[in-house]
Amino acid sequence: MAKDLVKTLADLKEQDVMEIVKSRLSASEDPLKILEDARKGMEIVGQRFASSEYFIPDLVYSGEILKAVTELVKPKLTKTAESKKLGKIVFGTVAGDIHDIGKDIVVFMLDVNGFEVHDLGVDVPVQKFVEKIKETGAPIVGLSGFLTLAFDSMKETVEAIKAAGLRDKVKVMIGGGQMSDEVKNYTGADAYGKDAMAGVSLAKKWIGVG
Amino acid sequence: MEKKLEEMTSDEKQEELFARWMAPKDPEGNDLKFQSPQAEKAYKDRTTRIKDAIQMKKLPDRVPVFIIPNFFPVYNAGFTPREAMYDYDKCCMAFKKLVMDFAPDVNPGAVAPGPGKVYDILDYKLYSWPGHGVSPNFSYQANEGEYMKADEYDALIDDPSNFFSNTYLPRVFGALEGFKMLPTLTGILEIYGVAFNFIPFGLPPAQATYKSLFEAGAEALKWAGAMGASNTEISAAGFPGLWAGFTKAPFDVIGDTLRGTRGVFLDMYRQPAKLLEAMDRITPIMIKMGVGAAKMNGQPLVFMPLHKGADGFMSDEQFKKFYWPTFRKVMMGLIAEGVVPNPAAEGRWTTRLEIVQDLPKGKTLWMMDHSDMAKAKKTLGKVACMYGNVPSDLLAVGTPQQIEDYVKKLIDIASKGGGYIVSNGAFFDRAKAENVRAMVDSAKKYGVYK
Repeated sequence: MAKDLVKTLADLKEQDVMEIVKSRLSASEDPLKILEDARKGMEIVGQRFASSEYFIPDLVYSGEILKAVTELVKPKLTKTAESKKLGKIVFGTVAGDIHDIGKDIVVFMLDVNGFEVHDLGVDVPVQKFVEKIKETGAPIVGLSGFLTLAFDSMKETVEAIKAAGLRDKVKVMIGGGQMSDEVKNYTGADAYGKDAMAGVSLAKKWIGVG
Repeated sequence: MEKKLEEMTSDEKQEELFARWMAPKDPEGNDLKFQSPQAEKAYKDRTTRIKDAIQMKKLPDRVPVFIIPNFFPVYNAGFTPREAMYDYDKCCMAFKKLVMDFAPDVNPGAVAPGPGKVYDILDYKLYSWPGHGVSPNFSYQANEGEYMKADEYDALIDDPSNFFSNTYLPRVFGALEGFKMLPTLTGILEIYGVAFNFIPFGLPPAQATYKSLFEAGAEALKWAGAMGASNTEISAAGFPGLWAGFTKAPFDVIGDTLRGTRGVFLDMYRQPAKLLEAMDRITPIMIKMGVGAAKMNGQPLVFMPLHKGADGFMSDEQFKKFYWPTFRKVMMGLIAEGVVPNPAAEGRWTTRLEIVQDLPKGKTLWMMDHSDMAKAKKTLGKVACMYGNVPSDLLAVGTPQQIEDYVKKLIDIASKGGGYIVSNGAFFDRAKAENVRAMVDSAKKYGVYK
């Protein structure tokens, strides 16, 4: 009996997932359909994270399983999937701060919720944010930071966006260990998200689907 | 005749360590000469106040107050983190100024910035520090990685010291490359084992490594001399040092230092038995580390920075299975030797409070960051003294009035019956000096027990 890939992946049964994918590939199934099931499985993982059923170890593990699935499927792909994205988001940990755990979780959650996330990584210079906003036309910017020193980098990033004439074209959210509404006011950002789900809700609200 | 330390109960051992802390020595081992009788009295008052808060047997005269900074004192003194890490005098000046300016009940010590030159000599990779991977104006930050591979648990479990010297250290210190070729020292048996096992020490990479070690050691000694002199001076002015040393929860030893967050979380799924076994193996080593520091420095408090056990990092079930058992064992091992573990619950620990309250009363001291303090008081607070919860963001961008209101509320919530110390909740860099002052002054204003 063929097991359900969506459910098996959502339940984080790594070995079962691999077996299902291998058997479906050897049955010459359309690899895009397999990837679509995997995506649906990841969507459930995201929902379980949002409802505090899953935590970071589970997210990390699901990401590893997905990576392994993608590696198995990739050689069989002849065309790339055309998935419709909700909207673009430029994301990064601000200048001087190299913390990435929190940022990666929010990026993961935005991704499984259908956003096209342009992750600039850590210690991102203010100008790099500005350039990426121009290049992608993204209407949302996410600034992550763990240190109290990141408050000023966030403020400088928002100011640089303003100086480039882009401030009324983007909504800016901040998040991270010591962030708060007080800090949001200080930096001139539009909102503070207290966790990854709050980030997703903000993004959905801002593009009008939430 | 006085009892020997080995013959004492754990309660007596704790009293003995507190007594040593309250009668400090100078670096030569003589009784510390205080700057004045007033300074001596202030020192006694402060240590007594903190001891009473921790032991929860009687009310202190007032709620004590701590400032536990990261690089804040350095900015406050007008220096950059880079300067503080490379000019030990500047570093000591900055931390002395913190204590003198704000007059908290403890001296957090100037050791946090650490000696930049030592890290340069050793080519340290686990951290980036100001001017070396991060801006000179920023604090140092960790570079997590899989410094221990997924298939190396057996090597660690089999012989942790050997794994550290021959595998882990060469990976995190570029200059310790030569350690890879070191012999297993337990092989130096009988006359036959000698010559062969000493061959590696004659090879150029091993010799280069030892040369770096000598240089790093000389520099570390210079740094320690500066820190020791500075701390002695601050103690003599009436401000007790806080920590004898530090140790860690075994899960964080694996997660922070060896496998990284991603690695340790995958191991929870792919090789849980190995992970649990490795943590058991590390537990007595972490106990010895903390007990050794407390005995050497004659102080009861040993710091334990906690990382991957916070709310959100894992579920309560995962916490109970992977994080708590060995963390608790380390604390109980320290307590048995009279040491007072001081775990820092960084982030939020609200859902863990019911689990971690399974501890003997008056034996631990907890630093709290964003946890719900009303709930904390009703759970962990029944058995343990807590300090913290004044938020870093408020210290940085709030006003003195906001700080005063916050501290007053905090004292109302957490100080009833003792067992609370006013303090910031997380190590901080950026803050307004007037806000830090407001925190200390408000503790003194509202914290008096009547």
